[in-house]
Amino acid sequence: MSGLRSLLPGGQRKLWHFHGGVHLPDEKTLSNGCPVAAAPLPTQLMLPLQQHIGAPARCRVSVGDKVLKGQLIAEPQGYISAPVHASSSGTVVAIESRPIPHPSGLSAPCVVIETDGEERWAELPAPLAASAAELDACDPAALRERIRASGIVGMGGASFPTNVKLNPGKDQPIDTVVINGAECEPYITCDDLLMRERAADIVDGVRVMLHLVQAKRALIGVEDNKPDAAAALNRAIADAGVDDRVEVVVIPTLYPSGGEKQLIRILTGKEVPSHGIPAQIGIVCQNVGTAAAVADAVLRGQPLIERLVTVTGRGVVEPRNYRVPIGISAEALIAASGGYRGELAKLVAGGPMMGFRLDTDLVPITKATNCLLALTPEESPDPGAPLPCIRCGRCAEVCPANLLPQQLYWHARAKELDKVQDYNLFDCIECGCCAHVCPSHIPLVQYYRFAKTESWAREQEKRAADHARERHAAREARLERQERERKAKLRKKKEAVAAGGTKPAAAGAKPAAGGAKPAVGGAKSAPAGAQSTADAKAKSEAATAATEDRADKQALIEAARRRAAEKKAMLAKAQETTAPPADQDASAQDDAAATTKRAQPREAVVADQE
Amino acid sequence: MAMTFVSSPHSARVNRVDQVMLQVCLALVPGTLALVWFFGWGVLINMALATLFAVLAEALVMKLRGRPALPAISDYSAVVTALLFALTIPPTMPWWMTMLGIVFAIVIVKQLYGGIGYNPFNPAMAGYVFLLISYPVATTSWLPPDVPALLEARELSTLSFLDSARLIFMGALPEGLTWDAVSAATPLDEMRTLLDQGQTIDEIRASSPLWGSFGGRGWEWVGNWFLLGGLYLLWRRVISWEIPVAVLGGLLAASAAFWLVDPQHFPFPGFHLFSGAAILGAFFIATDPVSACTTRRGQLIYGAAIGGTIFAIRTWGGYPDAVAFAVLLMNIAAPMIDQYSQPRVFGHRRSERKKA
Repeated sequence: MSGLRSLLPGGQRKLWHFHGGVHLPDEKTLSNGCPVAAAPLPTQLMLPLQQHIGAPARCRVSVGDKVLKGQLIAEPQGYISAPVHASSSGTVVAIESRPIPHPSGLSAPCVVIETDGEERWAELPAPLAASAAELDACDPAALRERIRASGIVGMGGASFPTNVKLNPGKDQPIDTVVINGAECEPYITCDDLLMRERAADIVDGVRVMLHLVQAKRALIGVEDNKPDAAAALNRAIADAGVDDRVEVVVIPTLYPSGGEKQLIRILTGKEVPSHGIPAQIGIVCQNVGTAAAVADAVLRGQPLIERLVTVTGRGVVEPRNYRVPIGISAEALIAASGGYRGELAKLVAGGPMMGFRLDTDLVPITKATNCLLALTPEESPDPGAPLPCIRCGRCAEVCPANLLPQQLYWHARAKELDKVQDYNLFDCIECGCCAHVCPSHIPLVQYYRFAKTESWAREQEKRAADHARERHAAREARLERQERERKAKLRKKKEAVAAGGTKPAAAGAKPAAGGAKPAVGGAKSAPAGAQSTADAKAKSEAATAATEDRADKQALIEAARRRAAEKKAMLAKAQETTAPPADQDASAQDDAAATTKRAQPREAVVADQE
Repeated sequence: MAMTFVSSPHSARVNRVDQVMLQVCLALVPGTLALVWFFGWGVLINMALATLFAVLAEALVMKLRGRPALPAISDYSAVVTALLFALTIPPTMPWWMTMLGIVFAIVIVKQLYGGIGYNPFNPAMAGYVFLLISYPVATTSWLPPDVPALLEARELSTLSFLDSARLIFMGALPEGLTWDAVSAATPLDEMRTLLDQGQTIDEIRASSPLWGSFGGRGWEWVGNWFLLGGLYLLWRRVISWEIPVAVLGGLLAASAAFWLVDPQHFPFPGFHLFSGAAILGAFFIATDPVSACTTRRGQLIYGAAIGGTIFAIRTWGGYPDAVAFAVLLMNIAAPMIDQYSQPRVFGHRRSERKKA
């Protein structure tokens, strides 16, 4: 391999290793033979309001609205969020829940656009620079704002808002930008094709990123099974004259080299701390697709409304790569590839190692969808009922996080959530190497997802219980205080009465507005005369105000209750979707039905190639 | 469509338990042939008997446990246990002892703990030790190796297939032969007996045609063939190198240390390596994944401790060979070794490694 490396420009760089990994048949030639084709414009586009990590975007259009291509249809809410743009012109026909490509198989709010086929563009913002060479004059804040406004999120799969990642903060100086062109998952070739066909745009995007984080260098990691892509990038770097700052590093093909932490390790020798982010070690990692999208936004004012998707697997007639408008349905894309062929074992969004099975092809392609994989039973045979673990330890041999998957399995199976965390469950990146090599065919990753979800749920419950306890304590304290105050007042009044020697005149005449004790007390103890009338008036006004205040509070409490009920319902639903994997004992083969239940969404999991 | 495996990965699995077990069976072929060459047909008869009883016992227990028997039998783990067990007992063992040993191994040691994957002890070795303690004479009476010079010198005879079968099934020796004429102590046994009598190594080696370049003649060549099978397992990645290397390393280091100090009373390391079940144990027995350590560092500790224990028991213990005892003793320690030998997880500092 070192021989190969030395043949390539810049190939002398020292590479590091990560533990484990597996060599997989890469299956890339199925789809990387022909150039990218534009997908036919579908009649309908489904645009989920949440295609990113963070808060969902807020919809800015209504049913019946005409929208133009590139027009903002949903704006970000909060810092960690991203807008959504119309990927073609047409009419909004529905804003409703639709099935989305998500491991949970749940539906989520989508804006549905009936396309008019005219592809009329909205007025796009002016480019911030005429070319990448003029970037130095650009204000980083403006660049970040443009990236945010263009809806760019990590396109390798994790879909974290890119502008946030490119704003590591002053206390975290960035030394290196790592660009992920490894594409280590078998079958997927969209990054390969992107690097071959748009190398110059990727390099432009990398220059924007370098400028934004003020890093000295960018390393583009490309696995050695994509020599054309590496060569194209090298040409683009030479053309742009940035050889001193941007370098293509060809790395050995080994799954999961394209995992963020693994790629950083290979290229720089540094390890991202557990539970940490790359910025802590002076690194920002971005996918090649994200780099190209950044170039589009900054140099052309074009928002993220299309991406490359690999449609592949032996279950489709013509596997190839497509440039697709975001929101096109998987069904339309499969149809463009000639439809399904023969018997289908499953349709997967993403690669065979980390992708998730789609229940239906009526889901939209989102910003994060890099591959539609139609697998035949030969490619993805049913592994059969799992056998007992024979503790062979192959899982530990291949684990890129150097975990002990076997111990994690035993404890996850026993629902010993403390134990799984002792064994660092949350360092698991769910790459699937362990399950891939397991001779007993135990669905290990499923166990880990289950244990993670259970841990989160328990954490949440604990937080909720703590919160309830605090609230209860606060309420007790408040009641006690009020009681104390009431008694003090009573005592005062008695003292006043004893001192004055007169009985209160209107003990029974409590103001109707009542409830506001200070007012009542005041009126009761007020001496006769004009002075007291004015006093009483002021106080009854205060009482009214207090009542209004109370009504407001009541409304707030109502709202909070409603929210709590909704949350509860959602939690219950989520629980349903996270049934534990069936007991995999030899006796439990009939539990197959239970295993078909899905693992929970994995928000916090580092997805491949982000 | 009901699918049992909806979670990723969706790739075709590359390993299977039954294939792993069959590879082990295959790897045993050269060593077995060598044993048959030197010790006759009894070896094969024992293997057949043990396999038969192991499979029957496994099926019976699965039935009693109310579970399907076929999947348990077809993972071939009982076959591997039976073959390893049969290789450790003498080729003259009465059939019912073989049966008792293997049934003990499968029913008590393996299935009562929950079957494959759950047994804390190596079933084959536990079965062997069961026989060794219950029937010490029968378990330690070996045939002499079929080396003509040796047979002539000691006036010993070999057994034909029919002789072996008659001996195993009916306990009958061929006509005109006494037990002394067909059996011989193993080199390990002879060495320790003579050492105990105060002889020096040089005297022992000069006294008899039994001794070869390393261990006993005939015996010393069996290990090589098991080594060949062990290398095959390494190549097919059925086992990893840590345990065999550590076992042999531990044995060599311990024996070398004493031999260097006193070469007249401690046999040289090569003797230990090529005598008894050292190589078979290192590659086929200590590597039983279920009862061994699972962490990489743990496997090195586990293996080295087995090697050291083999030497200690051979030298100072009450039994001539020690692989079975050493493996069983370290089986006890394996969970604790695993606990304290966890690897550094990616992104963690070494100091924060989990200790308990």
